[in-house]
Amino acid sequence: MSGNSAHNMSLKLKIWRQKNSKDEGKMVDYTLDGVSPDMSFLEMMDTLNTKLVKEQGDSIAFDHDCREGICGMCSMMINGQAHGPEALTTTCQLHMRKFKNGDTIVIEPWRAKAFPVVKDLMVNRGAFDEIMAAGGYVNVNTGNAVDANAILIGQENAELAMDAAACIGCGACVASCKNASAMLFVSAKISQLALLPQGQVEAESRAIAMVEKMDELGFGNCTNEAECEAQCPKGIKLENIARMNRAVTKGLFSGR
Amino acid sequence: MSPLNDKIKKLDGKVPAGPIGERWSTHKFNLKIVNAANKRKYSVIIVGTGLAGGSAAASLAELGYNVTTFCIQDSPRRAHSIAAQGGINAAKNYTNDGDSVYRLFYDTVKGGDYRARESNVHRLAEVANNIIDQCVAQGVPFAREYGGTLSNRSFGGAQVSRTFYARGQTGQQLLLGAYSAMMKEVHNGKIKSYTRREMVELVIVDGKARGVIMRNLSTGAFEKHTADAVLLATGGYGNVYFLSTNAKASNASAAFRAYKKGAYFGNPCFTQIHPTCIPVSGDHQSKLTLMSESLRNDGRVWVPKVKGDKRNPTEIPEAERDYYLERIYPSFGNLVPRDVASRNAKLVCDEGRGVSQTGMAVYLDFADAIKRDGEDKIRAKYGNLFDMYERITDQNPYKTPMMIYPAIHYTMGGLWVDYNLMSNIPGLFVLGEANFSDHGANRLGASALMQGLADGYFVIPYTIGDYFATNKFDKIDLAHPEFEKSLTDSKEKYQKLLAINGKKTVDEFHRALGKIMWDHVGMARNEKGLISAISTIQELKKEFWSNVKVTGTDVDVNTELEKAGRVADFLELGELMALDALERKESCGGHFREESQTPENEAMRNDEEFCHVAAWEYQGLDQKPLRHIEELKFEFVKLTQRSYK
Repeated sequence: MSGNSAHNMSLKLKIWRQKNSKDEGKMVDYTLDGVSPDMSFLEMMDTLNTKLVKEQGDSIAFDHDCREGICGMCSMMINGQAHGPEALTTTCQLHMRKFKNGDTIVIEPWRAKAFPVVKDLMVNRGAFDEIMAAGGYVNVNTGNAVDANAILIGQENAELAMDAAACIGCGACVASCKNASAMLFVSAKISQLALLPQGQVEAESRAIAMVEKMDELGFGNCTNEAECEAQCPKGIKLENIARMNRAVTKGLFSGR
Repeated sequence: MSPLNDKIKKLDGKVPAGPIGERWSTHKFNLKIVNAANKRKYSVIIVGTGLAGGSAAASLAELGYNVTTFCIQDSPRRAHSIAAQGGINAAKNYTNDGDSVYRLFYDTVKGGDYRARESNVHRLAEVANNIIDQCVAQGVPFAREYGGTLSNRSFGGAQVSRTFYARGQTGQQLLLGAYSAMMKEVHNGKIKSYTRREMVELVIVDGKARGVIMRNLSTGAFEKHTADAVLLATGGYGNVYFLSTNAKASNASAAFRAYKKGAYFGNPCFTQIHPTCIPVSGDHQSKLTLMSESLRNDGRVWVPKVKGDKRNPTEIPEAERDYYLERIYPSFGNLVPRDVASRNAKLVCDEGRGVSQTGMAVYLDFADAIKRDGEDKIRAKYGNLFDMYERITDQNPYKTPMMIYPAIHYTMGGLWVDYNLMSNIPGLFVLGEANFSDHGANRLGASALMQGLADGYFVIPYTIGDYFATNKFDKIDLAHPEFEKSLTDSKEKYQKLLAINGKKTVDEFHRALGKIMWDHVGMARNEKGLISAISTIQELKKEFWSNVKVTGTDVDVNTELEKAGRVADFLELGELMALDALERKESCGGHFREESQTPENEAMRNDEEFCHVAAWEYQGLDQKPLRHIEELKFEFVKLTQRSYK
C-alpha cells in the first residue's frame, strides 16, 4: 500500500506493566521485529501480545474498541504525549509509519489521581461518568418533546455546539495536564448545552454541579497551559473553559 | 416427512390486525398498564448500553422501574453505536419532497427484500418522528439550515431527503444523548450502572428470564444479578468474520448464550456487507474501517478493463476503465443499494480485475467530481473522510483514486422476538441490532440508529408494562439453585479454557473462522461451499477446545480469556449461520445464493417456499438445531422483484 511496506521495522518498547490497582508496577523492556509501517499503533501492540502469549507470557492490557477514533476507549501516553506524536489523532488511528526503524518507544497509561490504573495501560475513567451524572444533561423525559423544528437554532450556534460535542471523553486532556485537570472535558459538555436553547434553563446550575463534582473527585485546577487543547485528538477548544467559567460565575452571583 | 417435523413450530409474532396505520395505537391501548405507584416494585436488567439499551434504560427509569445496566466498555458512552457516521431516518417531510410515514414503511419493507414484518416496520416508521423530537429536546446538535431549522439529506439511494445528521458523527451524538439521559437517571437513583462487565449466562427460573451471571472484567469475579425482566441490547454478531467494521469488543456471547438457554435465533444468515470500506493492508489487520456511503454520491467506482493491469490508476486511460456499476445499472449507477454494490465489487475482483497489491479492491475515483466542482467543494463535503483515508493508507485521495472493498458491517439476523420485542422465553426482551425484527434481509442506510432508538425510547416502555401486569413474580434469592448452577457452569467454562494450554492463540482461531465465513458465508453463497464451511468449522471448533492457548489467570484483567470465551461462541454461531444459509435456498437482500439468481445475476427470491422467518432452536452441543418458522404476510406492500436497473 504505502510503498514502503516491505521495509519492516524493529522497535524497542518500554511499557508500563502493573498487575492490578494494588500492584506497584514498573517499566518493562521489549523488542519487536517485523513491524510493518502500515500497521496501526494498536496492531503493533496486538503483534507484541501474540508474541508474548506464544512465549507463555501475560498479554499487555490496553483499552481499545472501535479503532476508528470515535469511541474514546484508547488511551496511551506514547513518548510522553497523549495518543502519540500525530496531531488530532487517537492512538488507534496512529500508524507505525510515523516511527523509524530502531526507535525506542515509551508507552505508559494515563497518569491522574482520578484515573487509577486497572491493569498495565488500562485506567478507570469512571470519574467522567460521575461528573456527567452530576448534571451533564437536559432534564427532559422521553415523550416530552415538542416538534423538532419548533426549536430554531442558528447555524452558527449549532456548529459551535457540535464542535464542543465532538469530545470523545478519552481523558487525554487530563493526562496531558500537569495538574490533571478535567476542565476541557467538563467545559465541552457545559458549552454544548449552554449554546443551545434546550440547555439554557439549567445552564448555570448544571455548570456549578459538574464543576463541584469534578473538584470533589480529585481533578486539579486549570492554570492556562493549554496542553489539553494541544493534545486533544478532537480539537476541543480552550474557549469552552471560558464559557464554563462564565456560566459558573453567573450562577454563583445569581445564587443558583 | 421426517419424524422430527412434528416438533417444528409455526411461531406467532403476536402481530395486531387491522389497518396498518392503526395497529400500533390499537395495540398500545390494549396493552395492560402497571399503575404509576407500582412501577417501583419491578426491576429490569439491561445488558448493553448502546442506542437501544441506553434509551431503554433512561425511559424505563423515568417511568419508575428499577433499572440495572451493564456494559462491556469502561463507560456506557462508548458502545459501538457511537461509530455510526451517516445519519438517522425519519419521515418528517420537512423538505416537502413527498415523504410520509407510509413511504418510509414502504421503502424499508422493499429494501429489506420482503423478509421483515410489515407491522413492525410500520411502527418503526411511525415512531421515527418522535425520535428526532426527543433527540433535539436532549440537545443533540443536528445539522441546521441558516434559518435555524433542521437539515436533511438524501442517503443510501433513498429518493427523498429524510436523513437527519450531525456531521459525520450522528451515531456518536445520538448515543451521547441517550447516555446523558441515562446519567440523569443514575443521578436520580433509578439506574445502577455497571461497567466492564460481560454477560456469561442467562438465568431462567420457572420458565421466566429472571437474571444474569456477569463477569467483572476488571477483577475476573463472577456476579449474580436478579430482576423481573432481562433486556438484551448487545448489538450484532459481525465479528464472527473476525474482520468487520464492528468494534473489537462487539460480540455475540450474550445473545448466543441466551440461544443456548432456549431463545430462538432468527435468520442468522442475514448479514450486511458494506461496499465502501478501506481494504485489508496485510496479515496484521485487526479490523476494517468504513468510509461513509455518502462518498458514492460523487465518487465513481471502476476497475481496469483487462485483468492484471498493474499500471498506476492515473496512467490508465478512460477507454481502458470499466465503470461497472454505471455500465450495469444505468439508472442507479454508483448509488445502487449496498448488497448490489458489494456483490459487483466481488465479481470484478474474482475475475482478476481487482486493484491494490492484494487484488481485493476497486477504485472510488473523485477526479471527475473535483474537475466539475473544484477541490474546495469536495473538501468541504468529505474533508474529514479524505483525511481519515490518508491517515490509514498514506495516500492522498485528492490526487489518486481511493481504493475500497466491501466488509461485514451489520447483522439483520438476531434473537427472535414477537411484536412486543419479547423472545420466546417470557421476560427476555431483545432490542436493537441484537434482535432480528425490522430490517428483513437487508438494512437501508440510516435505519440502524432509528431502530435502536425506536425500540428503547418508544416500544419497550409500553410492552414491558404489559408483561409485568399480566405475570406474577416470586421473590428470588440469589442463592436459588438456578443461579448457583449457572454460576458453576460459567466458572467451569473459563477454567477449561485456561487449562487447555495448546499451541494456537485465540486470534489465530478467530482469523481462521473469519476466513471460512468470508469465503463461504459471505457475499455469495452456494450449497457446496456452505456444506464444506460447516464441516471445516466443526473441525476448527474441535481443535479450538484442544489446542487453544490462553495465558494468564482468571483473576484481574485477562483480555486473552475474554476473547477466548467470545470466540468459543463465534465458532458455534458461525456454524449456525452457515446452516441457516444452506437451508434458505433462495436469494434475498444480503443473502445471495448463487443457485437462485435472475438471468441478470440479481438476487432471486423464492416466495413460495421462503416467505418466512427461520427461528432456530438449540438442541444441545453438536446436535442439529430445529428450524421453526414464522410466516410473513404482505398485506400492504406487494411482493415484487427488486430492480435497480
